[in-house]
Parts: sequence; structure tokens; C-alpha cells
Amino acid sequence: MGKLFEKFPDPLARLIVVVVAMIALGAFAYFVLIPKPVKDIDFQWADAVKREKARPVRYAGFQACEECHGEIQIKKVTGYHKDLSCETCHGPAKAHTEDPDKVKPTIPTARTFCPQCHAYNPSRPRGFPQINPVAHNPLKPCTSCHNPHDPKPPTTPKECSACHGEIARMKAVSHHVQLECTVCHQAPQQHKISPRSVKPTKPQTREFCGKCHGKDATDKLAKNAPKIDMGVHGEKYVCWQCHYPHSPEVEQ
Amino acid sequence: MNPELIRSLQELLPQIQGYIYPNEIEIHWGLLIVVYPYITGVVAGAFILASLVKVFNVKEVQPLYRLSLLTALAYLLVAPMALVSHLGHPERFYEILLTPQTSSAMAMFGFVYAWYLMAVLLLEIWFVHRTDMIDMAERSKGATRLLYRALSLFSRDKGERAVAFDHKALKVITIVGIPSAFLLHGYVGFIFGSIKANPWWSSVLIPIVFLFSAIVSGIALVVLLYMIITPLTGGKINMKCVDKSVDFLFYAVIVDFSLEMVDFIHRVYQSEEEIKILSEMVMSKLFSSLIIIQVLLGMLIPLLLISLTKIFKKRFSLNEDMRKMVYFISVILIQFGIFATRWNVVIGGQLFSKSFRGLTTYKMGFGGIEGLLYAIFLLALPIAILFVLLKLLPPWKELREEGEVGTEAAGAGV
Amino acid sequence: MNGRRSFLRGFFAVLLSGGAIEGVLKLFPSKAHAKEAPRTGAWYGYGVSVDKCIGCARCMDACKNENNVPKEPFFVRTWVERYIIRKNGQTTVKAIAPGDEATPETVSDKRILRSFFVPKLCNQCANPPCVQVCPVGATFQTEDGVVLVNEKTCIGCRYCIQACPYGARYLHPVSHTADKCTFCYHRISQGKLPACVEVCPTQARVFGDLNAAASPMSRFLRMNKIHTLKPGLNTEPKAYYANLDGEVR
Repeated sequence: MGKLFEKFPDPLARLIVVVVAMIALGAFAYFVLIPKPVKDIDFQWADAVKREKARPVRYAGFQACEECHGEIQIKKVTGYHKDLSCETCHGPAKAHTEDPDKVKPTIPTARTFCPQCHAYNPSRPRGFPQINPVAHNPLKPCTSCHNPHDPKPPTTPKECSACHGEIARMKAVSHHVQLECTVCHQAPQQHKISPRSVKPTKPQTREFCGKCHGKDATDKLAKNAPKIDMGVHGEKYVCWQCHYPHSPEVEQ
Repeated sequence: MNPELIRSLQELLPQIQGYIYPNEIEIHWGLLIVVYPYITGVVAGAFILASLVKVFNVKEVQPLYRLSLLTALAYLLVAPMALVSHLGHPERFYEILLTPQTSSAMAMFGFVYAWYLMAVLLLEIWFVHRTDMIDMAERSKGATRLLYRALSLFSRDKGERAVAFDHKALKVITIVGIPSAFLLHGYVGFIFGSIKANPWWSSVLIPIVFLFSAIVSGIALVVLLYMIITPLTGGKINMKCVDKSVDFLFYAVIVDFSLEMVDFIHRVYQSEEEIKILSEMVMSKLFSSLIIIQVLLGMLIPLLLISLTKIFKKRFSLNEDMRKMVYFISVILIQFGIFATRWNVVIGGQLFSKSFRGLTTYKMGFGGIEGLLYAIFLLALPIAILFVLLKLLPPWKELREEGEVGTEAAGAGV
Repeated sequence: MNGRRSFLRGFFAVLLSGGAIEGVLKLFPSKAHAKEAPRTGAWYGYGVSVDKCIGCARCMDACKNENNVPKEPFFVRTWVERYIIRKNGQTTVKAIAPGDEATPETVSDKRILRSFFVPKLCNQCANPPCVQVCPVGATFQTEDGVVLVNEKTCIGCRYCIQACPYGARYLHPVSHTADKCTFCYHRISQGKLPACVEVCPTQARVFGDLNAAASPMSRFLRMNKIHTLKPGLNTEPKAYYANLDGEVR
């Protein structure tokens, strides 16, 4: 110590003592006092992963339901709801799988439940079955007509709008409001029962539209229709490449 | 669940304009994080002012040397308080020292701070005051004597070799200190500037803008303190010193202003994806704090006032009181302006949604950790600390000195 | 002479190739660096078919049930945005909420050009900015590429929340630590699907191992044109979007 003070100027010597003491103290605290889990990041990460993995599961997953509810599974597997997980509607059911008698999953019956998916919403993808929950059989629970495990229209629909509501509503405010769907589409009776396997026809050619919109159209529906010269009007294209027939966007 | 939080957030719902991501409703960095860069800015700025004397040999500013060092220390001690108390888990702050991630700008805080406090500021203050503390210990008795003895690390050596070493050490420390002060505040800027997700912050200029605004706020604050403390303690304000400091302040404000204009023009000219929402924010939510307080009151008016004293030099040089008045108003305005700058960076960066489709609102609380009262407390605390420091290590002798006659220390050290 | 010249040439070549920058960066090693997909083992990814989403919010419900996300509406680990783009170019976005009264919008708004739903969640970036900025290493990336938060060491500084470009993080009001989607790490490590994928009625949400040769996830990536959110930020998201509209940010 004395030597240190001789060798260095007084202030420097004192600082050296202080700094060395601080480093020693810090090192002692870090290496001896502080337990490893607090300072080892790999340990902390492994611990966090372990804790994360040990969190309780609430949704049992679709395979779990099959074990006991096979009969519903068989019914569901051919229907429109075949890709739906049971817990999408019945809620988390892990507790139910562990103690089936005591904990029962919910059975949603309220009329507000199904419209969460099936109420009409212009943002929903085209073709997704949608209804107007206010106008669609008010006050009746959905399940009184539809079986949620194999949903189908309860009776053969009479109107196209029963399924194609979006198109119907669009057409209703368009210039084509007067046209029946059958003017352009022929729907076989079978389409109403298995809509995906038997499809209605669609017009194939420019001439079909030309029957009303051609320069010399003679069809009785063509009376007030805007007329164009089929020879020069967009001859390269079929009409519905530019115009959407359910809501033709002609500016008047 | 905290019902108060829910209620306060519910109140914000109707104030949202456009679309924000659902999680963005809560402003995460509030008033405390505004206070934090303001305080570190003062630290860096005050230190730069002190180094003007030691490194750049500006003799006129000598009276402010010790005062600015002590101011820097007082503010530096408070800076981490703002940070730690805003944490969700203040009791875990040690994690940042035990498992720091080198990739994180924030993790480096502990180290930059410790370096600056220990290796720069405390050392410099110790060397400056060492012989004084020895004298003080000799003059006093009992506990005070012991205190000064301990503060001087029981040094008694006032010999030539020791004093010469003091001066040499001071020189080295100040030279190391300038880049360190730049680092301290440039680094605070980098915390914001490195966030690529946030276009209001993400800019290479931010650390530099922070730096210059730091210098502005530091010099302005020390001048303000000097102009208040000196008359209170029965001294006379040394106008040569204030003139010179305000000169430096003036240039720093000009640089700061130009940098911010460069940043502004660059953004407007590039006109990227986010420009629409940012300009909407500036014109609505930030209008008063950015355009009015930061730019107009905090920069343009002080610039104008100080330039007046330069343009009408003759008239002003005759009338010292007038000049004092102008300086006094300017440095106060600058303080508000710089605080608004911090506000606009920190709060502004969170008012717009990262979807660039909407704006949210910041509602400042009154009580509580995130509230106005606590922020005022944090802003007042350095002044209280400074009061204690001034009692402990009185700079009066130096403050009263005429600038040109360098003190013994400066004369020998240079 | 020749030796020195070739040395210099080599030296500058290394400098120019960016090797120098990398070398400097290696002086400050960080354990929390971006990971690359491992050759073996799982590397999880997520797919979203924008065209299939019907905006029913079952996923948001399931996520809150499964993960103790605060029930009060504000904070979410996953959410669904509804975009309405009008003919005049004006775009309105809204985050839908579970239990939103299914308001019938029978009159199809003639001013709508197009409209759709977009599910959002943590992108589990391969180059995650949140991991980069976490000062204490509480946010980290697992071997299988999932970004997790260690709630025992998180100090609640919220730097990660600021750094996330997607708004996927929030401060949990009870634990006062950062919280976000974990891909339901407890579920996927048992071979189950994340809760949101489990309950999605239209398979708009797909999850799986990106390294697996045949899985719903790899099929999703093979059969669709894929986009990610904010690719310009180089976060390399592992949430992939099919048929994403340019208006989505």
C-alpha cells in the first residue's frame, strides 16, 4: 500500500484503491452472491419454454370429440359443416373430456349465434350462405329448421334468393331488377337439392346479351335496354369481362 | 384486472380518428419518458458547456464551470429514476445489468450511464474539488469534517505533484468526457431512431438532433440557473460570461433548428407511405406543441431576440439590464421549447397508428406514477439535489470571479 | 511487393463484400440474433386465406379463452380487420369484436368497390425486431422459430411494443409484462393446432411446420400466391397471406 502511494501521485493512488475495491466487490457480487438462474440467459429461456409448454389447454381439439361422439361425426362428415371443429360452436371442451359428467360444453341455441357467421355482410366472401337475420323467420331459433350438424335448407327453396341473397339484393337495385334469374340461367330441379353437384347454366356467348342489347334486338324484353353495335363494341371480349350482369354499371 | 385502466382507455375510444390496431389504444411511453430525454439532454449540454472552458479554453465561461458540472451531476442522478419508475416491474431493473442483450440499444443504458457517471462526471468533479475538500475538512469540525474527509477519499496531499496530477487528469477526463456526453445523449436518440417500425422516429438524424437540442437545453439551463442563483446569493452577474454563453447557445440553436428543418424537408420531399398520417398528426394533435411551442416559442422567438441584441449591438451593450432581460426570456422559452421537442418525439411517435390509418390520443394523468405531479417532482428533484451539492461544494468563489482572470486551476491546467 | 499488393486487394475485397461490417458486428455478439430455418426439426409458420375469412370472430374468442388474454375488449393476441374500399378510393378499416351484434347490412352499399376481412396476429418474424430490442432477453426466439416472452424476467419497459411494426404486442394489465401470440405454444408442442386455427370454421387460418413435406401449411404455400405484411421492413414474417389486398397494412 505504501509503495503504491509512493509510486503514483496521491489522488491517483487513492482512485486506484477505490476502483480496484469496486471491481472486486462487483465481481464478488456477480460471481459469488448472485445465483445462476438470475444471470444465465440460456437457463431462463429453457425455463420459459418449459413454463409455456405447461400452460393448460382449454380447447381439446377435434380428434378428442370423435372418441365418444362418433355418431355426430358421421353425420357431420358429409355435410356443409364437415370442416367445422366441434368447439367452434360448443366452446372450449378440454374440461369436458376430463370429466364428461360434471362439465358440459355449451349448446348455443340463441338466434344471435348462427348469424355471427351467416348474417349478410358485404365483406363476406361471395357464395358464403348468408341470411338477413331480421327478415329470416323472425323469432324462431335456427335449430328448429336447420340441423347444425348437417345444415341444409329445410324445404326445397322456391326462390333463388334463398341461397343467392347477395346477388338477389344486388340485382334488386340494379338496372336488371325486372329480369328473372331464369332469363339467363336454367336451373335444373336437382340444383335445389344438391347445389354443388348440379349447377345451373350460365350464358356462354356475346350473342346472348346481344339478344337485348344488340343494335337491332327484337326480344320483347329489349324495349328499354341500352343498345350497342355488337360489331364495334368491345368485339374482342365477352360482355361479362367488363360488365357485371347482376349490377351492370352503365352510367345514365 | 384494473378497472381504472379500462375506464381510462374507454374514455379514449371516442377520441380515436380513423383506424388504429386494437393494441395501440394504450400509449406506452408517457410523460416519464418525455422527462427522461429532457433530463439526459440537460446533463449532456451542461457538460459540453463545462468542457468549453477546459478543452476549448473559452476563458469567459470559467465562472460557469463548476456550476455546470454540478448541474450535470444533479440531473444525471435523477435520469434513471424516470426510466425505472415507468417500468411495468421497477423491482426487476437489475435484469438489465445481469442479462443485458447486446443487440438492444436500451440494454446499453446501464453501461453508458455507469461509464458517464463514474468515469466522467464524478471523476471530474472529484479532481476539481479535491484540494477544496481538503481545505474544507481542515476548516470544519465533527461530522462535517468526516464527510469532507471521506469525500476527498482521505486525501491530504496538496503538494505540487498531486495538484499537477489533478490538472493533467482533468484535461484527459474532459477530452474523454466530450465524446462520452455525445454518446450519452446520442444514444438516447438512437433508442428512438433505431425503431424501423416507427417512421416518426426512424431517422439517422434523430441522434444528432437529440445531441444539439441537448446542448441547447444544457447551456440554456445553466445560464438560467446562473442568472437566478447569483443575485440570490448577493453576487453580480458577470455579463461577459453570459454574453459568451449565449453566443454559444445562439449557434447551437441555429444548428439544432437547421437539422430539424433538414429532417422535415427530407420527409416532406420524400413523401413516403406515412407522410399523410404524419402531416395529419402534426396539423391536429401536435399543432400546439410542435408548431407553436417547439418551433415558434422555443426556437424562432429566442433566435430573433438574441439576434436583436447582436444587430443593435451598440444600444444593447449600453443597456445591460435590457440585455439581461432578453437573455432571461430567451433561455426560459428555450427550456419550454426543448421540453416540447421531447414531448413531440416521444408522444408524437405513438399518436399515429402503425397501420398509418389513424390517430389516437394521449391523456395525461394527474396523480400516480405516470401522472403530471410525479413528472413535476422529477423535474424539481435535480434542483433540490443541486441545492445540496452547492452547499457541499460551493462554487461561489468561481461564480464571482471576473471571467478573464482564470482561476488558479484553469490557469495551471491549460 | 506483389505479396503486399495481393494482400491489399484481398483486404479491400473483404471490406467491399461487407465482411468487415459483419466482423465488426461479431465483436458484439448477441444471443438474440435472427434465426434461420433449421435443417431438421420443426419451423413453424402460419397461413391466412384472406378470401376465406367470414369475420365471425370465433378465433378472437378462442384465443382469449385459451390464453388468458384480458376479456375486456382492448387487448388482443389476434384480431380481424374489416376493409371497405369505396369507389372513390376511400378505405375504411375497423377491427371487429367478438359479440359484435351481427348487424344486417341488407342494402348492399353501391359505393363499395370491394370489401373483405383480414385476420391478424403476431407474425412470428424470422428476423424479429422485438427480440432485437429487448434489453433483458425476456423476449426470445425458440428453436422452432416461435417468439416467446419470459414473463418472469420481462421488466415491462415496452420497447418491444414500440418496435413491433404490426401492433401485435400489448402490456398485460395483470402481469405488467409484454404479451403476444405464442402460436399457442402449449398446444402445438402437444401436436394440437393453435386455438384460432382449431375453431376457424372456413379454414381461413392454417398452421403447420414449414419444414414438413406434406401438410396443410405446405399445401397452402404451394397452391397460393403468397404475400407478407410490411415486407419492406425485412422482418421476414412467418405469417403468410394468400390473396392479400394492397390496402392491407
